[in-house]
Amino acid sequence: MSDHRLPERDRPWMMRTYAGHSTAKKSNELYRGNLAMGQTGLSVAFDLPTQTGYDADHELARGEVGKVGVPVAHRGDMAALMDGIPLDEMNTSMTINATAAWLLGLYIVAAQEQGVEAGALQGTTQNDIIKEFLARGTYAFPPAPSMRLIADMVAYTVTEVPKWNPINICSYHLQEAGATPVQEIAYALSNGIAVLDAVRERVEPSLMGKVFSRMSFFVNAGVRFVEEHAKLRAMGRLWEEVGRTRYGVEDPKQLRFRYGVQVNSLGLTENQPENNVQRIVLETLGVTLGRDARARAIQLPAWNEALGLPRPWDQQWSLRIQQVLAYETDLLEYPDIFEGSRVMDGLVDELARGARAEMAVVDEHGGAVEAVAYMKAALVDSHRERLGRIESGEQVVVGINRYADSEPSPMAEGEDGGILTVDPGVEAGQREELARWRTQRDDAAVAQALDGLRRAAADDTENIMPATIEAARAGVTTGEWAHALRDAFGEYRAPTGVGEAAASVPSQDMERLRDEVERVSEGLGRRLKILVGKPGLDGHSNGAEQIAVRARDLGMDVVYEGIRLTPSQIVASALQEGVHVVGLSILSGSHRELIPDLIAGLREAGVEAPVVVGGIIPEADVAPLREAGVAAVYTPKDFDMGVIMGDIVALVAQRNGVGASA
Amino acid sequence: MSEAPSGADLGRRLRDGDLSVAPAVLNLVESRPAQEAGEVEALLHEVAPGALGGEARAHVVGVTGPPGVGKSTLLSELVRAWRERQRSVAVLAVDPSSKRSGGALLGDRARIVSDPADRATFIRSTAAGDRLGGLAPATRAAAQALGAAFDVVVIETVGVGQSETEVAEVADTVAVVVQPGSGDVLQFLKSGIMEIPDVLVVTKADLGTVAQRARRDLLATLRSIGERATQVVCVSSVAPVQGFDQLIDALDAHRAGLDLPARRLAARRAGAVADFHAEHGDRGLRALGGRRAALRALDEEDPALEVPALTRALEARAGAT
Repeated sequence: MSDHRLPERDRPWMMRTYAGHSTAKKSNELYRGNLAMGQTGLSVAFDLPTQTGYDADHELARGEVGKVGVPVAHRGDMAALMDGIPLDEMNTSMTINATAAWLLGLYIVAAQEQGVEAGALQGTTQNDIIKEFLARGTYAFPPAPSMRLIADMVAYTVTEVPKWNPINICSYHLQEAGATPVQEIAYALSNGIAVLDAVRERVEPSLMGKVFSRMSFFVNAGVRFVEEHAKLRAMGRLWEEVGRTRYGVEDPKQLRFRYGVQVNSLGLTENQPENNVQRIVLETLGVTLGRDARARAIQLPAWNEALGLPRPWDQQWSLRIQQVLAYETDLLEYPDIFEGSRVMDGLVDELARGARAEMAVVDEHGGAVEAVAYMKAALVDSHRERLGRIESGEQVVVGINRYADSEPSPMAEGEDGGILTVDPGVEAGQREELARWRTQRDDAAVAQALDGLRRAAADDTENIMPATIEAARAGVTTGEWAHALRDAFGEYRAPTGVGEAAASVPSQDMERLRDEVERVSEGLGRRLKILVGKPGLDGHSNGAEQIAVRARDLGMDVVYEGIRLTPSQIVASALQEGVHVVGLSILSGSHRELIPDLIAGLREAGVEAPVVVGGIIPEADVAPLREAGVAAVYTPKDFDMGVIMGDIVALVAQRNGVGASA
Repeated sequence: MSEAPSGADLGRRLRDGDLSVAPAVLNLVESRPAQEAGEVEALLHEVAPGALGGEARAHVVGVTGPPGVGKSTLLSELVRAWRERQRSVAVLAVDPSSKRSGGALLGDRARIVSDPADRATFIRSTAAGDRLGGLAPATRAAAQALGAAFDVVVIETVGVGQSETEVAEVADTVAVVVQPGSGDVLQFLKSGIMEIPDVLVVTKADLGTVAQRARRDLLATLRSIGERATQVVCVSSVAPVQGFDQLIDALDAHRAGLDLPARRLAARRAGAVADFHAEHGDRGLRALGGRRAALRALDEEDPALEVPALTRALEARAGAT
């Protein structure tokens, strides 16, 4: 036997597809179909109301029910979602954070209804709140009680659901928010440290090795796949260091860095979307090539994510990419192919050095929880720099800033426009189902369970899980569970990071636009003022943040209030602030419901300012939005912010009768 | 765009207690003087003591303090507490501007949670503009105008040192917000770099003994420099929220002990000098014999005059010398 071959071929990683939409029943059909296609685990996408703890009949849920994931309001929904899927065999990953304790509770109860004990369950709850504050926005409670919920879950599962990974620390969304590889490593590991420090106060010291071994990570992989692979090796090395030095873990198995991956969506383009396929393939190589840092589980985005929601066929294609790599190629036949590589070792050293320094900075702030504002501002800065490099052409994106001419694509055509649309009747249906559920359950049991939950929430020394499982069993709803906890913990708005973002180094174009903003402001009589708003539950605020920072750097006064605003809040702000233009960003697909309402509200309040919209807006929705009064629609293919800003200034000038420049 | 109401019309409606004109009032006072000076003057004329038959009803409260101490979250709770007492509240939040671009990110509004349907809460963010750490030029005028209709007008600024001096010229009561362990505030108070606030607010009372110790240190410092009138209140803006009733009581007590006409008159005169300075610069001020001489000169003017009229009186004097 030679040592450049493995004695036997490795087993492939777990293959999943991030999926779920419309209803529990529809998503269950989708899951069964995916499993039949050779998928080996489940990855549940929940809709935004479920992720943020609102029932379908809450004001903030409007337009969001069943859009980016499946609504799960109670144990009945969870049972329908997992119907016919044996939970003692399945490995289920749930992208759920603020309400993770609740969804795990529902999953445990659904398993028991199938006759499966909690001890047999395998899977992952994402449960990473710090990155929600930093990048994804589906938080519900302030930092301290959020960290307590996470620690409770870790402490509970380590003995009661021992095969479960209670937390999946996500650097994925940090890269989506602009993180450099060094930032991705440093912030993810600092986040892990914050969680472990919190758990250490809630478990027996003898359990810490076991706790450490249940921590898993969920990383991103960009198209610079050689460096990305080095990043994962560096993470493994640093994580082991953390385990040894900070928590005294000795067992090499417990010290191993375990991660799953969803490769990059940020780099996927709306123009020439077929190019995304090769990007996805290369990114997958980044997390599989070297055996010493290979992903445990992989899920791939679909080629058309920048256009809208992928269809089952699009997701099948992504699954087939994994299967070809795992079953057709010889990738799994060798030991680590980078062992002894000068280039790889050098890259790993470099990244580890940078990450250690950045982790020290986070530590100086008092740890990851205290450093949220610092990290957020750093991410906004990195993202701004990235966009600047693309605008200037320094960073090449094929089909965007180079080789942009294209033959007409046959792929995005057809009756459905190349994307999945969720039936708008889903929301009303879910509301009716919810009302029916509430009438059919035992009210006394629900009231008693909620009392128990409130008591557990108010007592910091209690673990939230038993009361949560009790509430799940009694038929409590997602909104009710979260409401009880919001009452006890209070609500929270995360830092936006834009106030601290560094000023851009102005290019010639920017200087010209600054002059124009100055000129138009003189004409208006006061400084051009813009409201940047994110209506609905969608927490993907990167785009809105970049617009806000750029507008400031061009000399505008910018009102930006962060995520999760109701239309009436945005109307009140626009009115009170006297803005000249309103920019709205939505990526969750709720634009068709929210934007027309919002414009009607503005006009009713007497606000005549024009409204522009940016986000993932399918081509077919552009005309209806314009009919509703939207002055301009921007999508991911509009990558040049200078152009967008120029449009906005011209729009304000035109609407206010400020003449063209001489 | 629909026709904007005239300054005089806005002033009359404020006098009648119409809170809904607040956005239009701000749009007007923020306009460049060259275009709208006459309208602003007409507005302020309608809400001057002469027209109101006395000083405006509102309690004008300045809230200031170093960045990052939790002013906005504090304000969020304070607004809620005032609304519970059925008082209408206007908040003028002043954010710093970028020195490089002149633009500003107006972020404080984000942390003030209010019911969008509540017509008796008004929040407006303004950029400080070219005035370093100070008040936006329009903020004085806005405070005077809105004071005719709202029960409470809050001016929120960032910083310690310069800004609370400027706020003190406009507000009836100045509250400085500090967090436990901010030794610089103690130093500033002792050395006189910072004016003595009317109320000192210590945040993060949820930290318990730490906040109480900070309160004791501040009280000791105030005693050591002979200031016994300033109240020091501890509050917590995170659950369990506490201290806001005491804070409102402290603000009210200060206001009750105030010679309001004298304070408002001083505010108008200081405002006129500031506006004159903004328009005519140091050279103009020197022509009047300096800032103190300018204030003395205004002593001779009618106490009921609005700021623009006072500014014109200064200009007349400067022209005559």
